[in-house]
Amino acid sequence: MTVAERLKDAIMAAAVAALLALPLIGFETVDTGGPLGIKTRFDYIAYAAIVVFLGRLGMRIAFDWRRSYRERIVQAEPTNIDRKELLTVLGQKADKWLMPVMIGFAIVMPFLPFANRTVIDLGTVVLIYVMLGWGLNIVVGLAGLLDLGYVAFYAVGAYTFATLSMHFGFGFWETLPLAGLLAATFGVVLGFPVLRLRGDYLAIVTLGFGEIIRVILLNWQPVTGGPAGISGIPRPSFFGFPFSADPPEGATAFHQLFGLEYASIHRIIFLYYLILALALVTNLFTMRIRKLPVGRAWEALREDEIACTALGINPTNTKLTAFAIGAMFGGFAGSFFATRQGFISPESFSFIESAVILAIVVLGGMGSQAGIVLAAAFLTLLPEVAREFSLFRMLAFGAAMVLIMVWRPQGLLAHREPTMRLHPAGTKPGGGKP
Amino acid sequence: MTQPLLKVEHLTMRFGGLVAVNDVSFDAKASQITAVIGPNGAGKTTVFNCIAGFYKPTVGRLTLTNNGTPHLLERMSGNDIAGKARVARTFQNIRLFPKMTVLENLIVAQHNKLMRASGFTLLGLFGWPGYSKAEAEAVDLARYWLERTNLTDVADEVAGSLPYGGQRRLEIARAMCTEPVLLCLDEPAAGLNPRESADLNTLLRFIRDEHKCGVLLIEHDMSVVMQISDHVIVLDYGRKIADGPPDAVRNDPKVIAAYLGEPEDSAVAQGGV
Repeated sequence: MTVAERLKDAIMAAAVAALLALPLIGFETVDTGGPLGIKTRFDYIAYAAIVVFLGRLGMRIAFDWRRSYRERIVQAEPTNIDRKELLTVLGQKADKWLMPVMIGFAIVMPFLPFANRTVIDLGTVVLIYVMLGWGLNIVVGLAGLLDLGYVAFYAVGAYTFATLSMHFGFGFWETLPLAGLLAATFGVVLGFPVLRLRGDYLAIVTLGFGEIIRVILLNWQPVTGGPAGISGIPRPSFFGFPFSADPPEGATAFHQLFGLEYASIHRIIFLYYLILALALVTNLFTMRIRKLPVGRAWEALREDEIACTALGINPTNTKLTAFAIGAMFGGFAGSFFATRQGFISPESFSFIESAVILAIVVLGGMGSQAGIVLAAAFLTLLPEVAREFSLFRMLAFGAAMVLIMVWRPQGLLAHREPTMRLHPAGTKPGGGKP
Repeated sequence: MTQPLLKVEHLTMRFGGLVAVNDVSFDAKASQITAVIGPNGAGKTTVFNCIAGFYKPTVGRLTLTNNGTPHLLERMSGNDIAGKARVARTFQNIRLFPKMTVLENLIVAQHNKLMRASGFTLLGLFGWPGYSKAEAEAVDLARYWLERTNLTDVADEVAGSLPYGGQRRLEIARAMCTEPVLLCLDEPAAGLNPRESADLNTLLRFIRDEHKCGVLLIEHDMSVVMQISDHVIVLDYGRKIADGPPDAVRNDPKVIAAYLGEPEDSAVAQGGV
């Protein structure tokens, strides 16, 4: 593009901007005592036009620069790896080394010098979302069932935990499986009516289900405490040894057991490791079940349901197991959430949570375990980092999502590792394609 | 007299006012290739969809006799027809699992067998040795069909990346991995070049002779139909107009009329009463 062309293009863009800015920012309503008065501010329109003019000019120059850069690369070295390929290659390697590195980092994190209470708490939140992402990944990533109401199972787990431990005196480890089981039951309850639905229709119904659960929690006063929620949920103990400065008669506190000075951070660290362990169990389970017939059937169902039926796979049962198992992990995470917070209310289980969890799965690259960790870290840490600009948090969040989707529409690390190989990896089978 | 493998009696399928298949009866025998032919819109695929359980027939009985046990297909769900009655099918517009590898496609086809071996997932989750053995056997069966369909070299490639002919062969291999007694092929030669369709003939003859499997075939490619079928059924406007060995069908005036139109003089003779 020549300079004249660029200028003409930028002037056109500025003209359009000025036209749009006239009704949008050209007028201001002012209080004149009586009726509302209108004040014009044409200087703002000029600023807008100038900004758009410069922006458009800059964009054109950048585009031209990028094109000529690419052409130079193609001429210089035809086999050069495109930078976009980098993340694809990374995705292929992710299963081999990225996961162990991240797990190793997660294990030593609380003992690193920068780890204080805030950092460990933040790590715990990230891990909750990682676990929720991995749980939802079974439903969305593997079985291809778009679930917009996943937070319902998270809520069921949390409320089951709260009710059982408050009214029946159950401990964490007894309640955990029960909460998972109940969440799985809800998964089946949701699964049954929506078996015939696919894609958008399924998304709408699951969205409704999530809202139904939230509304029930709000209104079923005697059991859920309504909008006030449930408070005073027992905090977790270290396998029966409480974390408290002055334990009740006859009980040994955690710090006494290990002969340590009492510190409130012990519980924070314990909670961190608890959610790490739960998340790793989720990961291990998913990795394993992918290589079992039911996991392959989920993926096949995602690809083509009719072909599955023609191969004798019962789509009803297969979908229900996906819903139930995904919901179970949601329930586990919910239990952990309840015991960590000590207080739950319907506000923690709004639609935005479902949306964030789904965003984590989609952003990470559907079905990619390592990608979900990156996406969960990104989506939970970004609002924390941008806390000072809290007015613009949702704007930044949205912009970041749009940018990533433009840049990597298939997700950060989209790579599917085959569940089995005929020829061991690395060896090329002899002969060409038939 | 032995029971035919598949007995179709008075099959009728109506979609609202449209009668797609009208009172069609025929038999398909084991170790035989039965071809269903007819002009476009004759109701061939509808007959197939009724047999495979994708449609519930309006009227009619479909009996599949597998090892002396009769299965009434019109009362079974689609996945039971495949899993219990052992009817496998391929699709006119190929339906593979495109993002899974070729080998995985063949393993998914053995789902029910592996599901039982893995103790419905529970035993498999804890590395039950019986499951590993069952899985190894499943891979062996897959390898056998990969060799038969000449896909061994691309076994670890993603199914969607195969060339068209390869995808057609993979779909047949996948259907055979369910160890069917009746294989229904919906236009398997569509889009194949002459050499590929010659290979397909060899493969289908092999399936018929070595596996004693009945093959039911919808096909437009007459070179395939006439060379390999043992039995041909011709449909036109939802009715059966001919039924017999290929040579007899080829010379049947009704079939010629359906495909080429009636000779002018006979049309005049009929019209000018």
